[in-house]
Amino acid sequence: MIQKSDDIIIKTLARILVPFIQIYALYVIMHGHYSPGGGFQGGVILAASIILLMITHGLKDTQKRMSEKTVAILSSSGVLIYAGIGVVCLILAGNYLDYSKLAKLLHVAPAHARSLGILGIEIGVGLAVMAVMFSVFFDISRGEVSQEDEDE
Amino acid sequence: MNVTDILFVLFMAGGLFFFTTATIGLLRFPDFFSRLHATGKGDTLAVFLSLVGLGIYEGFSLTSLKIIFIAVFMFLAQPTATHAISRAGFRSGLKPWLKEEKKS
Repeated sequence: MIQKSDDIIIKTLARILVPFIQIYALYVIMHGHYSPGGGFQGGVILAASIILLMITHGLKDTQKRMSEKTVAILSSSGVLIYAGIGVVCLILAGNYLDYSKLAKLLHVAPAHARSLGILGIEIGVGLAVMAVMFSVFFDISRGEVSQEDEDE
Repeated sequence: MNVTDILFVLFMAGGLFFFTTATIGLLRFPDFFSRLHATGKGDTLAVFLSLVGLGIYEGFSLTSLKIIFIAVFMFLAQPTATHAISRAGFRSGLKPWLKEEKKS
């Protein structure tokens, strides 16, 4: 199990840096269709910020903020947002993920609707990637606990 | 050749000088802690000088603001990472190099 670090320098710096890393991750997600980046990269950066919190503040403190239940809800809701936007396009008589059909629903021009649709897809991908990355790390670190318990 | 160009060249030359000295230290020093000492300090200063030099070359714009953000981030994160690595090495029982051991 990952213990809380007893070093004040590492803990303080992680506490200072985590919010900035998360803001940068949101920037990467939101700016994905103008510049390099997007949902996957932003989600990984978001997961990295939580993993940094976990390796500096220990498993227990992180679980208070981000429990296993929250991770499961976030990962499935990310997939739901992605698939939901695609299915809404199907319902509005378009192809799967044909964003220009969303223009009727959002009351904007088709080009603008396409941009908004990609943004929605990237938010969904970012949420799912963040939750799954974190849950992989979570399972690995919890696997250590049961190993040690068996040894004892 | 105006003042901005001269400052840019000075900052980049300083950055390259500290990168070189840090690399020489990494190659020539005897053990883990002294190598970490050389690269941790030298590379931090070198990255800071190089990025500030690039920011001066770019002038006042959004790009130079981003470069300054990266410089501040590196200036905070790099010494802390060095500290964490050296602490982990010390805790896992790595003995620092001493001159007496070499003689005997």
